Formats: sequence, C-alpha cells, structure tokens
Amino acid sequence: MSLDKVREKKKGKKRKRLIFRSAILAVLIAAIVFALVTNAKDDKTIYKAGDEAPNFKLEQISKNNELETIELADFKGKGVMLNFWATYCPPCEAEMPYMEELYPEYKEKGVEIIAVSLDATELVVHRFIDKYDLTFPIPHDTTGKVMDLYKVGPIPSTFFIDSEGKIVDKVDGALTLEKLEGYLQEIEPK
Amino acid sequence: MKKIKCECGHINPEGTVLCEACGKPVEENQHIEGNDKKKLLNMRYDGSARRSLTYNRSIVDKTWAFFSSVKVGIWLIVIALIASALGSIYPQEMYIPAEAPSRDPAIFYEAQYGILGKIYYQLGFHNLYSSWWYMLIIALIGVSLVICSLDRFVPLHRALKMQSPKRHKNFLSRQRLFSETVDGTDEDKQRVVESLKLQKYRVTEKDGNYLAEKGRFSRWGPYVNHIGLIIILFAALLRMTPFMFLDDYVWVREGEQTIIPGTDGEYLIENKKFTIEHYDESDERFRDALMNRDDQVVKNYQSDVIIYKVNEETGGELEKFIEDEIRMNEPLKFDGYTLYQAGYQQNEFTNMSFKLYETEDANEAAIDTFTVDLTNPEEEYELENGMTVSIEQYYPDYYLENGEPRSETNYPRNPAFVFLVHEEGEEKPEVSFAGIGKNIDPTGENKYKLGLADFTMHNVSGLTVRKDYTLPFFIVGAAIFMIGVIQGMYWQHRRIWIQQDNGTILLAAHTNKNWYGVKKDIEKAIVDTKVNMVVDQQELEDEAEAEASEEKN
Repeated sequence: MSLDKVREKKKGKKRKRLIFRSAILAVLIAAIVFALVTNAKDDKTIYKAGDEAPNFKLEQISKNNELETIELADFKGKGVMLNFWATYCPPCEAEMPYMEELYPEYKEKGVEIIAVSLDATELVVHRFIDKYDLTFPIPHDTTGKVMDLYKVGPIPSTFFIDSEGKIVDKVDGALTLEKLEGYLQEIEPK
Repeated sequence: MKKIKCECGHINPEGTVLCEACGKPVEENQHIEGNDKKKLLNMRYDGSARRSLTYNRSIVDKTWAFFSSVKVGIWLIVIALIASALGSIYPQEMYIPAEAPSRDPAIFYEAQYGILGKIYYQLGFHNLYSSWWYMLIIALIGVSLVICSLDRFVPLHRALKMQSPKRHKNFLSRQRLFSETVDGTDEDKQRVVESLKLQKYRVTEKDGNYLAEKGRFSRWGPYVNHIGLIIILFAALLRMTPFMFLDDYVWVREGEQTIIPGTDGEYLIENKKFTIEHYDESDERFRDALMNRDDQVVKNYQSDVIIYKVNEETGGELEKFIEDEIRMNEPLKFDGYTLYQAGYQQNEFTNMSFKLYETEDANEAAIDTFTVDLTNPEEEYELENGMTVSIEQYYPDYYLENGEPRSETNYPRNPAFVFLVHEEGEEKPEVSFAGIGKNIDPTGENKYKLGLADFTMHNVSGLTVRKDYTLPFFIVGAAIFMIGVIQGMYWQHRRIWIQQDNGTILLAAHTNKNWYGVKKDIEKAIVDTKVNMVVDQQELEDEAEAEASEEKN
C-alpha cells in the first residue's frame, strides 16, 4: 500500500466517523429541542401577563346592569378587570365590596369590571347581587367554558386587561382595596 | 492518525492501553488506566482505545468527548438528584392550597416561608419539574447515556472479537489470577484445556497457546440495559405529544350528557346510572372477614354509560356509539380512549318538594305542595289558594359559619332554603328556613310552616379519560432494561489463558465478577496435573499494603 492510499483511507474513516457523530448528535439535539419546546408550549395555554386575552361571549344576568350579553372584544379601547368568582367562595365575597366601591369612578375613567360567576344556579347569584348592590356586569358561565378557556384554577382569579386587549396582570387570590386600585390604575387607557 | 505497532506485529489505534492482539501494555498509554502505578492491569474495556479520549479536533468531536465521559454522566445524575430533592422542600406551585390568602407564587412563598421561600421562588424551584433547565438536565443524562454506550460498545466489541489466544507474558503475569509452573508438560496443558472444555469453556488455540472463554455475552448486559433506558426516555418524550397521550377527568351526573374532554368535542358521554355495591354481611363467605369492620366494604363501583359520537356529515347529530358499564379495573375502551371509574359523589339532590301547612295543624295536612328543581330553582312558586312562596336564599351545600348560613360548594349536597311565604292580603311575608331535617321558624310567630315532602337524588360519576399509546414503549423499554440487568448480573465473562514458555506453563485468568467462581473452575481443571494453582495477586497486594500501613503506624 502506498503512503497516499493509506492517508486516503484514514481520511475516509475520519470523515465517516464525523458524519456518524454529527448524525447522532443531531438526532439527540432534535429530541431535546422537541421536548423543551413542547414543554414551553404547554405553559402557554395558561394565560399570563403579556398574552392576548382570548375573546368570549356570555349572557349577563345582573338586573342592575343594562347589558344583555358580554363579549370581551366589545371592550377594546377600555381597560378590563376580568374577575372569576362564585357565591360560595369566601375570599371572592371579601373583594366584591371593594370592586363595587371603585367601579363608578373607574368606569368614568374607561375601565370596565366584568365579574364572571361560576355558580351553578342563577338564583344564588341574584341574591348575592342584591346583598351587595353590585352594579357592574355579571356574566354567568353556566357550562364553565370561559373558566376552561382561561384555565382558571381555584378562585378568585382576576385578569387585568389593557385597552389593547393584552393581559397586564393575573392575580390569584383576593385583592385588598389598595391593591385593587393600583391594578385598575395600571389598565386605565391613556 | 498515529498508530502504535506492537512487538507482536499488530497495529493498534491510538489510545490503546493493552495491545489488541497480545495484550502487551502499550508503554506510553499506561497512565490512561493508571496501570503505571500498579502491578495489576486495569482490564476495563480490555484496554482498547476509547476514541473520544484521543481525538479532540472539531466541535463535534469535542462535544462527543464531553458526553462520552462517565464522570460527566455521573455529575449530571447527581445534579438531577439534588435538584429533585430541592424541589420537594416547599410545595410546588400547583399544590399551593386554594385557601391561601394569596395563591400568587410571587407572594405565597415569601408570606408562608419567609426569606427562604422568596429565594426558593426566585430560583424557580416552585415549578421545578417542568422548568426548562430541569428538563434539560434529564435530557442531557439521556444524551450522555447514548454517547457513553456507543463510545464504549464499539471498541469493546472490536477488542473482544479480535482476541488472540497468544498473549504477551507481561499481560499474563499482571493479571489478578496467575501461576507459573516451571516443569509443566504438554500433557498437563492438554489436560487442563480438556477439562475446561468439559466445563463449557470455548477454547481457541494459536501456536499452542490457549484461551478458554465463557459467558462473554454478559459483557453486553450494561449496553442492553442502556438501550432499555433510552427507549424509556423516548417513550417519556412521546408522552408530551397530545397525539400520543391524554389524561383528563370528567364529572357526569346521572341523566346528564356531557362532552368528553380531550376528544375535541367528538364524543359525548351520558351517565345512565352510578352504583355502589357492598359485600353482604349475611353471606357466609364474607361474614368472618366483615365481623370486625364497623364500616361496609365496597364490592363494586360502577357507572352505566352511553357514548355518543357527533356525526359531522349530518351536521353534528349524535349517534349512539357504545353502551357499556365501567367498573373499577374494568375500563371502557373505544377509539383509543379509555374511561376509568375514578370517583363518585353520592346523593346529590335533584328535586325537592315542599308542602305548606298551618302551624297549628297537628296532622300537618298540606295546603299545597311545590317542587324546586335544584339545578335551576325559580324565584317564585304560586300555590293554589292564591299564596306564593319565593326563595329568598338558596344554599346548595349548606353549613353554618359563625351563626351565618353559607354554601360550601356549588353542588346540591345539602340544600337549604330561606323561603318567604306571601299570604293574599297580607303585607309582610313570613320567613321560614327549610332544609334536610330542618324546618325553622325564626320569629316563632309564623302562621304557616314549610316541610320537606319528597325529594329525588342522583349520583355523580367521576371518570378519568385517558389515551396512551406510549405504554407499549415503556413496557418494551423496561423489559429490555431487565434483560440487560439479568444478563450482566447472573453471568460472568471468565477468561483463562494457558501458555507454555520454554517448558514453563503460564496460567492466568480474568473475570468481570465472581472471582471465587473462576478459581473453582481452575481448581477443577488442574486436578491430576502438575500445574500450580493460580495465586490471587490482588489479595497479596492488599495484604502487603495493610502490613505496610500497620508498620507505619
């Protein structure tokens, strides 16, 4: 075997090894990227600050409010506080008076409060509205579809949405009056 | 590439520790396995060259070399272990209790656990097991597994395939088991070889040098085992795709139809009936077992269901697909989905009928009755004699908190009402409170009373919805893993070399485990010959070391 031939054989072998290693590494990297991306995507189904708030349409049941249906898209240009609550949930009940207290002032400033009830029966909601004289719109999510859409876990859960329809904040748990006011100021249209 | 020519004439690849053919230690590479400091040879991978340790040219080679290191692999495992342990110090985000003052992780951890909690949150440990870096560590362990295996399997396979029976004296004398027999004869040698053959050793010969070998396939055990692990990791990867795996839960009331989650609205389920059966205490077979039990023992949880399929062609019409029973451990399978009986809620109220009667009537004769549909109670019920009853308050799941009536949940498990009874002509209605076993007149002056006359109840079935095409992969992976473990555990790769050097018989042996066993084999083989029993040089070395350290002290 001439020296050139030996060198050539060596070169071929080296190339083969490089191709083999590159191929294996490529497959492994592809698998890792796939795993990380799918995992990251899963997280996205839970809406976070910065995400577009998904649209929904529900019947409004409060007799103190003139709206018959609520469609989120109709509130473009306004800030929206989207609250998920139920009558049987004590922390939800605790923050309701604060919401009512700030509602008239912030409605003037272009912020709407929408409190989606997750109760099973309408009657209990009506009695609750009467108890606290709530005036903001209360859509009734009878089938839980909006709750599902927003991946709401334990309640109360509140989304603060700006005039462009973007979620600015998501708050789990009850709000105090000061905190609530702070969040409302944030989503006030400029 | 620099090749190393051994004195036996064999050309070894760079990085070889022991010549592939004759086993003579390659002088300049002894540091790789630490042989330069010890008398005995390290037989790891039979001294073959691990390419990754010698070439580090391109980026690909460098990456390859990094993951090929067992040290790196072990560190990755240690890091994963430590991280997993840290993740269990405080509850993960999804386990923050619902009644916490604030479930926002940014607030919860600090409020609950102080500064440590805050650090825990800021480092992202509250969502550890699905965090990208945790997943990355697990993935890198997988990469390390694949590359380590490949990088060792190939050269080892090569080394074991091209073993030569003729070995260098230096190789033999530096094995753990070794003996020299100065006046050994050819006959002795043949006898040993024959005896080893009888002990099911595979014997190869070259120029009167013998290699007796047994159980080589046990060497592949770890690699088979790793293939199993890789398949399991692959299955875990598949589990992340909704196409391969789905896990959901659905509650269905008796009589109710609802969409099965995860089927994209393609299938609906109707719950015909939910039943719990108990073991019969009067049955002789169970009497003894049940005697000491206060509670009843459940025999069967069962949901009778109908599955409907939405027919797209007819514009979403429902077609009955399957009617079947779901029991514990007897799930319903259809179209890749499996429904398991997983939970139940008994005795939710569907309807309640109340009768109105005069307080003074001892017979409680009904003036009229009305029925409240608990899924949708009306505001007002008109009665025959012109009276009306309106619902002032409804508590589906009534309980008292600090003397105030409340509902615990949405579900009509313990319904209670505050009724207002309006009599024609009367201005002020009478208030009365009625529920299960309760019939309270708060004023004590009511003319009328409301009593529960009748009710209907329903049960609710909780079903787990699952689609899992990844299970076969897990089973195959686990089976291969187990085969690998067994292969490596219960067999040993034993090798015995017999050579004659100017009338001296050299006998050396190596095994990857169970040295006692191979010694026994040799003992048997040298019976009735002059061949000396092998000496365990490791033991000698250990003893010498022990003595030396004793003297020092």
